[in-house]
Amino acid sequence: MTAAPAWSDAVTAAQLFAIDPVGIGGVLVRSRAGPVRDRWMTILRAALPTARLLKHLPLHIADGRLLGGLDLHATLLAGRPVAERGLLAEADGGVLMVAMAERLPSAAAVHITAAMDARETIVERDGLSLRMPARFGVIALDEGLDDEFAPGSLGDRLGFHIDLNDIPIREADDFAIDRGDILAAVDRLSLLKTSAEQVEAMCNAAAALGIASLRAPMLALRAACASAALSAHDAVDQEDIARAARLVLAPRALVFPQEQAPDPEQPPEQRPSESADDDKADTDNPDIDRALDEVILAAVQAALPPDVLAALGGSSMQPRGRSQGKAGALQKSSKRGRPAGVSRGELRGGAKLNVIETLRAATPWQPLRRREAAASGERSWPRILIRKDDFRISRFRQRTETTTIFVVDASGSAALHRLAEAKGAVELLLADCYIRRDQVALIAFRGSAAELLLPPTRSLARAKRSLAGLPGGGGTPLAAGLDAAFALSDSIRRKGQTPTVIVLTDGRANIARDGGQGRPKAEEDAISAARQLRAAGIAAVLVDTSPRPGISGETFAREMGARYLPLPHADATTLSKAVLASVG
Amino acid sequence: MATAFPFSAIVGQDEMKLALLVAAVDPKVGGVLAFGDRGSGKSTAVRALAALLPKMKIVTGCRYNCDPDLPTDFCEECRARAAKGALKSTQVPVPVVDLPLGATEDRVVGALDLERALAHGEKAFEPGLLARAHRGFLYIDEANLLEDHLVDLLLDVAASGENIVEREGLSIRHPARFVLVGTGNPEEGELRPQLLDRFGMSVEVKTPNDLPSRIEVVRRRDEFESDTAAFTARWAKEETKLRKRITSARERLPLVAVPDASLERAARLCMALGTDGLRGELTLMRAARALAALEGKQAVGDEHLRRVAPAALRHRLRRNPLDDAGSSVRVDRAIAEVLG
Repeated sequence: MTAAPAWSDAVTAAQLFAIDPVGIGGVLVRSRAGPVRDRWMTILRAALPTARLLKHLPLHIADGRLLGGLDLHATLLAGRPVAERGLLAEADGGVLMVAMAERLPSAAAVHITAAMDARETIVERDGLSLRMPARFGVIALDEGLDDEFAPGSLGDRLGFHIDLNDIPIREADDFAIDRGDILAAVDRLSLLKTSAEQVEAMCNAAAALGIASLRAPMLALRAACASAALSAHDAVDQEDIARAARLVLAPRALVFPQEQAPDPEQPPEQRPSESADDDKADTDNPDIDRALDEVILAAVQAALPPDVLAALGGSSMQPRGRSQGKAGALQKSSKRGRPAGVSRGELRGGAKLNVIETLRAATPWQPLRRREAAASGERSWPRILIRKDDFRISRFRQRTETTTIFVVDASGSAALHRLAEAKGAVELLLADCYIRRDQVALIAFRGSAAELLLPPTRSLARAKRSLAGLPGGGGTPLAAGLDAAFALSDSIRRKGQTPTVIVLTDGRANIARDGGQGRPKAEEDAISAARQLRAAGIAAVLVDTSPRPGISGETFAREMGARYLPLPHADATTLSKAVLASVG
Repeated sequence: MATAFPFSAIVGQDEMKLALLVAAVDPKVGGVLAFGDRGSGKSTAVRALAALLPKMKIVTGCRYNCDPDLPTDFCEECRARAAKGALKSTQVPVPVVDLPLGATEDRVVGALDLERALAHGEKAFEPGLLARAHRGFLYIDEANLLEDHLVDLLLDVAASGENIVEREGLSIRHPARFVLVGTGNPEEGELRPQLLDRFGMSVEVKTPNDLPSRIEVVRRRDEFESDTAAFTARWAKEETKLRKRITSARERLPLVAVPDASLERAARLCMALGTDGLRGELTLMRAARALAALEGKQAVGDEHLRRVAPAALRHRLRRNPLDDAGSSVRVDRAIAEVLG
């Protein structure tokens, strides 16, 4: 697919979203900041009816600001509780912009999705109990690199997923939007409905594309109505359905549609010869003889970039696990934990002001302070006089969190001997990490590279799934595995958590950092990668899984500053016990 | 608040619907946890249940939903009023109270009434969500993301059935018995084991994967959203029927017999699965009895045990990560062994 259709889809998405922001949910824009994204945002702003507000959500917004709560200043001035609306309620009737959605903390994501589902926010904070309407659409700007994604729960609710990364600016034509067209479409929208047949076809297509969530076909149907409204159609027609499928279903497709097409006799020879131009012609002049399902699938296929199809064709991958990865989303906020009392303090670094305690601290002083204020000649003063001394901060006790990174050798040599045992041991350790509420991450290395199979998570379900899909075989790129462990440890540290690395390998490195073969170079690289871990002072354990523990494993452990555990004839249980004993 | 989707119009999700109905018939079953896929209708079902429940009787003006027929459970205010004379009662909808994430502790347990403190300098207690949920349901969406200190609070109150507030110079205690309903997606993180234990039943919710059901879900949702009033009217008869079933099941519940043979089978089932403690057996027995009552039966039979056992026991198994079979499979296996 060339960039031009991708850009025109992105422009269409902006227009349809502007017509029905609440129904379509939103747009997930995967793109780095740059002129293309800026241009898209300009088009979106032009499309949005002026009345719609655009509210920006700062990444690390405090709960109080997001949800609403007590407006301390106004409360003290008025001498009665005054509620402050949160950003979600303020976005009612407009659009919420989430920048850097890939870093959005999971707590904030949950608040947003809860408001989207209920179309209102429920606030139970600071002595206030409020329900406020919150009907808004979301624009999530996801600037994630390879394995960073916006939270899946949010993405699931956003109808359109567009990727602007590969569109050159010269192909991103400036597109003049007539706001009058959009407003006319908004008026028409309520008259448009999809037929039972169209509902069925959309569900069929979603299933054929391997899309599990039922939100996708529902959002696609809303998009089809918006499309019909924009094109001034009397009823939702094939063109609208196909367009909605392209925009909503195609980016979510996990399965090559042919594999599960309901009719196996459908002639397959047509597809490879279809060029982008043919597809475009198809959408422009929908072929009424074709079944609706086929129209949808063809529209989706036209929108799927060829490399995605190629990857799906391989089918050894686990698309589900990958697509739901979201690095860092489970990271714990430092403002959570068990409350451990209240103390006098300053409002810095996201500290939580304890309003009640603050007021309580201030109350006994009121008569004195009023007298002082009166003496100083001031004519008016707030009803309650609060001094810096009165500020009370809630304290939370938080255990330092540990993230255990398992680095599993899945190479041919290891696979032969111990891969199954290693998997079993990792699962046992995972169960233990779960009990301690630590996080786990999983890196596997085999062939010529290391792969982050599981970004740090507390979900045992996810961990088990990525482990089950861990295939064995190929060379032993030990250096790549250790490098990946180092990089991940580093990022975990930057989040204020403690990484622990557990390497399960037979130590027979034979693939160098550059992917080249040859034992001496590979070992040299592995040793330098090991030293890097030691220099950073990262706690590590090296479990030697080779049948005859040799000098190599011990050398690596020493270079890594790791505890060495030779386990020639251990079963999974012994292995996990030994690792636990040495990690503490 | 927006109109809830009718409970009877929810396609599939039979286990979740059954667990919620069982909890509605016998609150002692101890709550329902629904864990599963995104967009599979977990929240929809809980909100639908709220609209379905028959009304309950409370002491007029009581802030803690006291039951006029249960003077032993009265809050201090009702006790004082009852001493002065007869209490009036009112019919109110059963509360289904949302405990939103991000709630602060003072709103959950109750706290100093800020308004009165600020405006009149009075020290008064403002009841929290736990008081509002008394005799009803407390619903936590994304229960696995609830902050730890709130979970601790809930565990404490759920165990004792009483909320004790000692703060800001206030000293209040009031009854707080509620059915805990939690939903969540395991992809977002696990639930704390102590909280998991609190739930009487746990169900696994999956998006339907057969095409006709999927189409039906989308179709009904679409109809509901495009014309809520007409859709609700169309399902009103079904809803009334179901509501009557719940009411009569509640009346019948004390009369449903639990034969010794059923008790023995329940015990065997728990032993075969190695569940900790007796909570598993108790829940299993109570849930089976509620189900029998729902179906208008006079005694609990094997069939009832079989149908509620997965929900009552699945989350009580000791974790065995090496057993690839999920908890549900293990329960099914045990059921096949014990009940044949």
